[in-house]
Order: sequence, then C-alpha cells, then structure tokens
Amino acid sequence: MEQNKNEVLPGTLNLMILKTLDTLGTLHGYGIARRIEQISGDLLQLNQGTIYPALLYLEQRRLVSCKWGVSDNNRRAKYYSITRKGRKQLAAEIDNWRQTSAIMIRFLEHPEGGL
Amino acid sequence: MSWLGIFVHRLRAMVMKRKLDRELEEEISSHLEMQIEEHERQGMSPEEARFAALRKFGGVEQVKEKYRQRRSLPVVETTFQDLRYAARMLKKNPLFAAIAIFTLALGIGANTAIFSVVNAVLLRPLRYPNAERIVAIEELNEKGTRVQVTPANFLDWRAESTSFEHLAAILARTANLSAADESERINLAMTSANFFQVFGLQPQMGRFFLPDEERAGHDAVAVLSYGLWQRHFGGDPSLVGQSIMLDGQAYTVVGIAPAGFQYPDRTEVWIPPYQLVPTLGPQMDIQRARGFGFLSAVALLKPGVSVKQSHDEMTAITARLRQQYPETNNKRFDRVVSLQTYLVGESSMALMLLLGAVTLLLLIACANVANLLLSRAAARHKEIAIRLALGATRLRLVRQLLVESVLLGLLSGMVGLLLGWWGVDLMRKLLPVDFPRAQDIGVDLRVLGFTLLVSLTTGIVFGLVPALQSTNPDVNESLKESVRGSTASRSRNRVRSLLIVSEVALSLVLLIGAGLLFRSFLRLQAVELGFRPQNLLTFRLTPSGANFREDPQYINFYSQVAERLRTLPGVDSVGMINTLPLIKGPTTGFRVEGRPVLTQDKWPGVNYRNVSPDYFRAVNAPVLKGRSFDAHDNESAPLVVLVNQSLARRDFADEDPVGKKINFGGTRPDGQPIWFEIVGVVADVRSLELNAEPTPEIYTSYMQDPFAGMSFVVRSQVEPESLTPAVREAVRQVDREQPVAEVRRMEQIVSEAAAQPRFNSLLLGIFASIALLLAAAGIYGVMSYMVTQRTHEIGVRMALGAQTLDVLRLVVGQCLRLTLVGLALGLVCAFALTRVMTTLLYGVKPTDPWTFASGALLLSVVALLSCYLPARRATKVDPLVALRYE
Repeated sequence: MEQNKNEVLPGTLNLMILKTLDTLGTLHGYGIARRIEQISGDLLQLNQGTIYPALLYLEQRRLVSCKWGVSDNNRRAKYYSITRKGRKQLAAEIDNWRQTSAIMIRFLEHPEGGL
Repeated sequence: MSWLGIFVHRLRAMVMKRKLDRELEEEISSHLEMQIEEHERQGMSPEEARFAALRKFGGVEQVKEKYRQRRSLPVVETTFQDLRYAARMLKKNPLFAAIAIFTLALGIGANTAIFSVVNAVLLRPLRYPNAERIVAIEELNEKGTRVQVTPANFLDWRAESTSFEHLAAILARTANLSAADESERINLAMTSANFFQVFGLQPQMGRFFLPDEERAGHDAVAVLSYGLWQRHFGGDPSLVGQSIMLDGQAYTVVGIAPAGFQYPDRTEVWIPPYQLVPTLGPQMDIQRARGFGFLSAVALLKPGVSVKQSHDEMTAITARLRQQYPETNNKRFDRVVSLQTYLVGESSMALMLLLGAVTLLLLIACANVANLLLSRAAARHKEIAIRLALGATRLRLVRQLLVESVLLGLLSGMVGLLLGWWGVDLMRKLLPVDFPRAQDIGVDLRVLGFTLLVSLTTGIVFGLVPALQSTNPDVNESLKESVRGSTASRSRNRVRSLLIVSEVALSLVLLIGAGLLFRSFLRLQAVELGFRPQNLLTFRLTPSGANFREDPQYINFYSQVAERLRTLPGVDSVGMINTLPLIKGPTTGFRVEGRPVLTQDKWPGVNYRNVSPDYFRAVNAPVLKGRSFDAHDNESAPLVVLVNQSLARRDFADEDPVGKKINFGGTRPDGQPIWFEIVGVVADVRSLELNAEPTPEIYTSYMQDPFAGMSFVVRSQVEPESLTPAVREAVRQVDREQPVAEVRRMEQIVSEAAAQPRFNSLLLGIFASIALLLAAAGIYGVMSYMVTQRTHEIGVRMALGAQTLDVLRLVVGQCLRLTLVGLALGLVCAFALTRVMTTLLYGVKPTDPWTFASGALLLSVVALLSCYLPARRATKVDPLVALRYE
C-alpha cells in the first residue's frame, strides 16, 4: 500500500548511509541502496538515485572516502567506506537521534501532550 | 576549516568537470546494471527488469543535475557561462565593441596616468626608514609665506622643544668640487651633526657626523652621496679617510650615504655647518643673526608624538620668541608639517584638480557607453522579453548583462592601461622640472590595482542603468512594444536624455576649467617682463679657492671674464647680477636719510640686487631717470644705488628719489650709518615670479659690494647656445679652476617659470578636448537613434504637409532642448566648482563670465553640429516608405 510507505526524512539518508558503511565496511552505491531498502523493509520509499548526491555531500565533508574498484561480477564500480571522522559524526548523530526520538515519543505518549 | 575543504573540493570538481561527469555516468549505469541483473535473477524479463530498475532509481537526469549542482560552484559556473556568452556577443558586434572599448580606454588611461602621478607624489610614503615620523618645521612671515629659518631661532627651538628626538638644521647651497683636471659645481648641504639620525639612515660605508663635528674648530669632514662616490670616484672604497677639495678647501671624507639618499634636492656632499658659515659656532654673535634666515629645519618626532602636538609646542615657543625679540621676530611664525606635505607643497592642489578632471572625463565616457548599450539593448529587446516571459528571473538577466559590461570594462582597462603607460611617459616629459618627487612617477602595483578597480567600477556604472532598464519586468508592455516598434518606451528615452544632459553638463565643467587655466596661462605669457629674454645666454660663476679671499679678487675675476666675453664675435653686451630675474634672491630693509628713525622691523622691505653697469643694457631694461652705473662707481667712489619704479612710487610718492640717501642697516667702525646715494630710477622687472607684480627693488654696483656668486647675461646676435663653448673657454682662460654652471637661455628660465601653469592648462585642455569629442559622439548617437525611432512619426507629419524646415525644427529643437538643460546644469556646477581653482589662476576670476560664455557657446555649436547629420537624415524621410515601414 502506497500510503504506508514513508518519504525519507530530510537528513536521515546521510545517517543511514553512514550506519550502513559502518556496519558493512566498504560498499558500492547500489549495495548501500539495497541494504537501506532491506533494513527498512517496505516501510520506506527510497529513490535509489538520491543516495548519490548524499554520498557526494558526505565525501565533500570527508565523512566517507571512495575509490574505484571491481564488483563481484566484474563490473567497475565506485566503492565507499566510512572515515574516522565519519565514525565520530555517526556516533554523535546516533546520540542526537536517540534523544530526539525519545523526546518525541515521550511527548506524543504523554496523556496531556500531543493531540 | 570544513567550508574551505568543501570549497576546494568543489573547485577541483569544476576544473575536472568532464572527467567527473564521465565517472558519474559510469557509476549510475553500473548501479542500474546491477539492479537489472538482480531483477533478472528474480525472473523478470530484460525489458521489465530495466523499467523496474529505472523506476527504483528515480529520475536519472534529476539526480545528475542535483549531483552536479552540489559537486561544483554554480555561481562561478554560470558566471563563466555569461562570460563566454558576453565574449561571443562582443565578437559578433566588433564595431560596437571597438567604439565602446576605445571610449572607455581614453577615460581609464587618463585616470591611470594622473593617478600614477598622484600616487608617486601624494600617496607613496617617502622612502626613508623613519618616513612617517619625519617633519619639517617651517618659518612663516606674517602673510603665511615660507621664509628661511634663522640660526638663532633654530638653536632656541632645539633647546626648548621636547617633541623631537632629533631636530636638524640644513643650509643648502652649491660648491665647487675640484678634481685633477676639471671642477664640478655640486649641490652641498651643511647640516647639523644629527641630520642623518633624523632620517634613520645607516651609512653605506664609514660613518656619519659625530656630535662634536658641528662645533667650530673641529677638523673639516664630509659625507658623500653614493652617486657622487660612484660617478666621480669610481666607487673606490679607500676614499673614506682621504680628502677632497670643496671650494679650494680640503675635507676628509668620513662616510658614504646610502644609495638614493640626496636630501635636500640632489645633494652630493654633506658637511657640518660651522665650516663655511660659522653661525652655529659658540663664538658667533647669534643674536645679531636672529633676523637673517638661511636654514631649513627637519626633525624626527619622538614615538607617540603627533604632528599636531609638536606644532602646538612650537607655536608656544615661537610666540615667546616674538615677545622676547620683537625687533627681529615679530613677523615670524612657524608651522610643523610632515616632510611629505612640506616637499609636495602647492603641487597637490593642481594634482587634485587634474584627478577631478579625469574623473569627470571617465564619467562622460561611461555616459557614452551606457547610451551605446541602451541602443544595443533595444536591439536585444525581444530576446530579453521572451526570456523574462519564459520565467528567467530579473536578477539572472541583470547579472548576465552586468557580466557583459564588466567584461567590456576590463577589456577597456587593458587598453586604458597601455594608454596610461604612454601617458605616464608623456607626463614625465611635460612636468615642470622642479616638480616634487617627479622621478618617482611610474606604474607600480598600486597604479595597476587602481586601474583594475576603476575598470570594474566603470563596467558596473555604465552597465547598471541599461541592465535595469532593459530587463524592466513589465513584460506585457515590452512585448507589445517590440511589435509596434514606432513608439519607444518613454522611460527609456528619459534615461537617454538624462545621459546626454549630464554629458553636456560635465563637458561644460571641464571646458570652463580648461578655459580658465588657458586664459590665465595666456595672461602669464603676455605679462610685461620688463626685460627682453630673447637672445640672452645666462650662466653662473661662483668662484672659490685660495685666490678668493678679498672683494677685489672677486671684482677682478668678474671684470676679466666680462671683458673677454665682450670681445667674442656675435656678442653685443655682457652684464651680471647676483640673482637672475624670476629666481628668488636676497631681500633687505632700508631707511631714508632725514626721515624719522623707525625700529629695524618696520623698515620697508626690498629685493636686493647687485649688478654690473652693463646689466640694464644687456637685458634691455631702460633707466628712466638719473643715470645708470658706470666704470667709475668702484670701491673708491661714493656708494651709489639704483632703485626701480615700484620703489620710487612706494617710498618717494611725490619726491624725486634721485639724490636721496638710504641705509641698509650697515654702520662704519665709528658708528655712523653707511649711506648709499640714489643716482637713478630703473624700469620695473618681474624679478620674483611671473605671476607676481614687480616689487620694490634696489640695485648696488658689483664693484662696490661684490657677491660670491654672479649670474652673467650675454646679449648676442647669434643663437645664444652657440656661444656656450666660447664662454667656457673664456672663463677657463681667466681661471681654469672655476666651473661654469647653469648655462641656459633666458627664454628657458622664463618658460620654466610658467611651467606649472602651462602643464595644468595643457593637460586640462587635452581632457576637455576629449570630453568635447565624446559629448559630440554621444549627442550624435542619441539623436540618430531618436530619428530612427521617430521615422514613422516624421513620415506621418510629412504626409500631413510638414515641410523640411518643420522636420529640421523637430530634431534640432529636441537636441537644443537637451543641450540647453545640460548647459544650464553645467554652468551651475562650474560656478560652484571653479572656486577651488582660485590659487591656480592668474589675472582671471574663477567665475570669469567671458570664459563661461564662450565655453557654453562652443558646446552649443558642437551640439548643433553633432545633430546636423541625424536632422538631415530626418528630412530625407520618404513618407511612403516610412508609413510602410511597419
């Protein structure tokens, strides 16, 4: 059902990419996109192409590094991996995200808050 | 710095655009391939697999676009795009480009040339280590004119002031430097021992003066300029410790000044002061010398002391001196200024004027090019309207048009720089010889920066109005208009008219300024000199050495030289005088016998000149009353003087001066005043400056009171300079030790006296002519455009019976209206602005009605001529063709 698929929240794609690279190590763009799809199941509607501008954003800030390599089935592809700076950023963002979501949940579940 | 990292990343991406594009392409396609394979593995047909992959990916082109935008610098990229586009547009319209670039280049070049002078003279700091702390202390008379500092005052300043780390006195003069075969006249400065400390200099070799060396009785020592050391002594390092001969006296060289240092005014040798004039020595009666100034003073401010503070302190000191010594000091004031201000003096006024003039010129050029751009924008009107209609933002279009005009500005800047370079060369040749710091003038980094800035600003100034104008977002009107073509947008024509009006106004201001300077220059040229400078050769002898101790030795030498010169073929008469006309010389005061005795400071002042009997005949200045000097007015005869007309008028209003006796303050050993009898009255001569009325003057006979240096005037029937070798030979025959200096034609001296006014009026004349030309071109352009625009209307009018004359009246009337508004505006501006020129004018008021009127008239005539062609074209309009024109 289309309605149940969520758009990617602004800013969260970067976080997902970093987490993916942190977990799986070096990966090409397609691999990252597939992984994000798999983890989020059918809940998320991802336009795979959008990860490339996001990867560029991370690369410009040296949160990921990249180099060309050859894939399992002998295809040239660009491989990304997380940098030390990227890991630090990831840890910080995860904390941040946990806090935000905790606040949001408490707020929304509070008997006098929310709708 | 993460933003810097990102910027570098993006910049790199911009440079490697193509490669990165390819890589992106490859990355995406490999992504899609992998997805397709996966889909195929899941059992889709290749077709299906492909579509599904593309669907999952999202819009490929959108992703690429977003990626590219993030990857590089879009602002820079579009600017480059605009630049390429602008360059193409210029290439497509080479005539337009050439005219615009040339017009602006004239303006920019003039600015570059003038700025390079301003930069060298006014802006660039002096090249001394202590430059920003060096000040000059001027002594002024009651009129505020600079006079020379008296030694007594200087010593009091030095004793009482606390603002200065060092306060040094300078006496600049010339001396004969004799070497084996030839002697040379050089500039010499006698300075107090701390002179070099003021400038913060280190000697090239040896040392500078020791404090003791400025006291009397010390060995004679000298410091040489680097240039003299190289030129005259071949840079011989063993010269330090050896002695040189100056005016026949030996001096031990103790040091060499660093290369390039020649303060004041091309000095070659510095010596401590007591040796030639023992004024600063303790045994000298300093108080007597309090009224007699011959020094200048420079000082080094203590750190943290401002010019103003030191000035205030000095003012207090001189006020006290005025009270203490009223006889000598009641007319003496002081002023402390930075050395730079002191050196530049009054030249800064003329420079600021010229800078103002070239700014006006550049504005006129901008107005012209803005008009050109407007006409061209009209041609591109449709393109712009369509782009606006299709949703281009106005900002984007304005930016593109501005990029175009800035490109034009920069190109003009390059051409302008070439013109300016050439202009700088020209300026160096045209500048008056004694123009301060003229040798520093050149194109340096600051001048280049200035030109770049001017070019950029120019591009924006002339481009902004047309850009805003032509991207007027009223799309509706624009589209309609481009269809109708016959009625031009009112506002656009208003802008054009405004540009023409301001162009006319600015040109008139320049024209009037130039006119005023030119008129005053003509006045100067027509000045009654009182003597005839044609066919006069002048040179100067300042004999020195062991043979010149007593007056008769000087008299003898001068007489012998004159005698020999007189016998040269082609020579009519030979005279001598202590200082030539138009060159400042000594002054004194006097009293008349039998009149009430006043204190010396109330004595009337006069120029003191010392001449040979033949002088007046040689320069053609008639003796009006009484007699001239003759050979009998020698040492043993009664003392006599001649006075000029001005003096006779001022001091002997209704008496006959001839036979009266005057005294200059001198007394005989018995205490009786020394009286000189006036034996004749001579016609007035402009003896100080061209632009100053003759002042009272007295002449004494060289045989009764010879000066240590005399200028000779040789009236000849032949080209004066052809006599030079014979003159040198004649002097050599009398005394081969004595150098002949300052050989010049009298006409040259007269011409140099008018050099600054000539320079000012010449340059402003050039600028005004260019302005006039530009204004003419501007008026022509706008009127032509308007005629083209109104072709339809004119056709209708003619079809309805308008005659040729009516059409002419229509076009010329419009032109005249604009011109008259411009002239009115220009007259008002000129009236307000020419006031600042007052000090540069001679014999002409800054609001001289004649100049104002002729400037306006000239400009009207030019305006009418420029609209003649367009007007004639209008009368040739064929009503049929014009009506069919749509």
